[in-house]
Amino acid sequence: MSSATARRSARLGRWLVSGPPVLYLFVFFAVPTLIMVLASFRTPGEFGGLAPLVEDGKLDLNLESYARFFSEAIYAEIFLKSVWYALATTFFCLALAYPLAALIARSPKRYRDLLLLLVILPFWSNFLIRIYAWMIILGPNAALARTVNGILRWFGHEPVPLLFSSFAVLVCLVYVSLPFMVLPLYANLEKHDQALLDAAQDLGANAWQRFWRITFPLSLPGVFAGSALVFIPALGIFAIPDILGGPEDSLIGNVIKQQFLETRDWPFGSVLSIVLTVAALAIAGFAAWVARRNLGTPSSARKVSA
Amino acid sequence: MRSKRGITLWIAAGAGYAFLYVPLIIVIVYSFNNSRLNAEWVGFTLNWYDTLFHDQNMIFAAGNSLAIALTASFVSTVLGTAAGVAMYRYPTKLLSVLVLAPIAIPEILMGVSLLIFFVLLNFTLGLVSVALAHIAFCIGFVAIVVRARLAGMDESLTEAARDCGASPWQTFRYITLPLIMPGVIAGALMAFTLSIDDFVITFFTAGAGTVTLPLQIYSMIKIAVTPEVNAVSSLLMLLTLALIIIASRVSPTILRSQEGLS
Repeated sequence: MSSATARRSARLGRWLVSGPPVLYLFVFFAVPTLIMVLASFRTPGEFGGLAPLVEDGKLDLNLESYARFFSEAIYAEIFLKSVWYALATTFFCLALAYPLAALIARSPKRYRDLLLLLVILPFWSNFLIRIYAWMIILGPNAALARTVNGILRWFGHEPVPLLFSSFAVLVCLVYVSLPFMVLPLYANLEKHDQALLDAAQDLGANAWQRFWRITFPLSLPGVFAGSALVFIPALGIFAIPDILGGPEDSLIGNVIKQQFLETRDWPFGSVLSIVLTVAALAIAGFAAWVARRNLGTPSSARKVSA
Repeated sequence: MRSKRGITLWIAAGAGYAFLYVPLIIVIVYSFNNSRLNAEWVGFTLNWYDTLFHDQNMIFAAGNSLAIALTASFVSTVLGTAAGVAMYRYPTKLLSVLVLAPIAIPEILMGVSLLIFFVLLNFTLGLVSVALAHIAFCIGFVAIVVRARLAGMDESLTEAARDCGASPWQTFRYITLPLIMPGVIAGALMAFTLSIDDFVITFFTAGAGTVTLPLQIYSMIKIAVTPEVNAVSSLLMLLTLALIIIASRVSPTILRSQEGLS
């Protein structure tokens, strides 16, 4: 085979391999996303959807939907509430995931895969089933609600509903997100050098000091990676508030759903989706940036031991 | 000192595991409970499974889900394998953005953008639009598993095949493909599971008349809690569990593939 034919066949192979997936994702991911960006600058149609692109010789492109988002306080409020829920979810996931990840990382090697598998398995069960489970647990006739309200009555309080409340939404958000925090945290903790902790102990650091001044700073890349994996999906969630929340628990995802399926105001729905995505990626990007700055493991370890 | 800390850690982690499993166990246990209310254990029954198997809507929805998942996992495995090989052999920025972005962005964005896309094209929403959407989000997951498998492969094998005069296609067919096969199978099982479980993207791309299993479960739990949902949930969990066990047997690294995202 001459080198020219070889090169040609290599190029052909490259196109045959890369071409189909690139083409598919271009048509069914990139193009729809671009259309949505375009739709955010259009006027809503009379019967939903979009107004004609060109009418009376005028091109229908404007910033009205963006203006609406920034001028009507209710949307900024809902958006901030979503950010708040997502942050709280991230925080509680971190608190629950840290002991799990630490335990797995410290277990004998032969048990680690099993312990990790046990964290991931619930993630593979259907999303709606995991929401439904909390409908049962928090239901008004279930043992938990009766116990809580029994105690409240004892103290002379009015009974509180557990289901259809912000509490239910938050618990379920933490529940479905937890594995995403454990995985990167474990991947990080597993690599820690026990010698650092032993050295600190020899120098008289107690367990608390060893955690705060060695383990935790070194685990920050894992903490940030996990936080991004939890925060992004939590910000855009709509099924959990939809099923478990009360009327005041409507989050940005619910408003997007409403704009597309009920109000049928595509431009405004697109604006909300874009704001959501940009915010999620910006916050995740910021977390990645902080993580990378902290990634200089040896130097930060030196700082700690100094 | 050390053992005391060990115990605290075990208790905290044990609480974490309990938090993860108690809800699912309750769903399964109550699927056998002889009571309409999911509140108290009354007695053992298989009635809810009987109701489930005679529920025409549910069976129809399950058939739709199965058809979509089989199609979507087949196509996304072919395209995802190609994408994984391409990401390893011919990495470009465009390729990784196209493959990984659908996984990284909020799911709802993909759902609504595909809704606009299909409606503007006058493409009837239904089984086909759902399958096309599922393929789009499954490709990335398959690609990650396949690329991870390729990264662990001995490059000298393909070089040896080339030196012996094998064409690029022969090298791929007889050397690379058999070696990455566990990754491909694991990716296919993963795509099948993701497709049969998907709710958000299906919700936006299915249109009014089309029902899949998650959509059917959604409309049932929006109305009321019924043990029939427990029964279908338990069966779905069993199916997923079986697939995941097979996948992890075929390719032990699959369980870590989520880490590749971080």
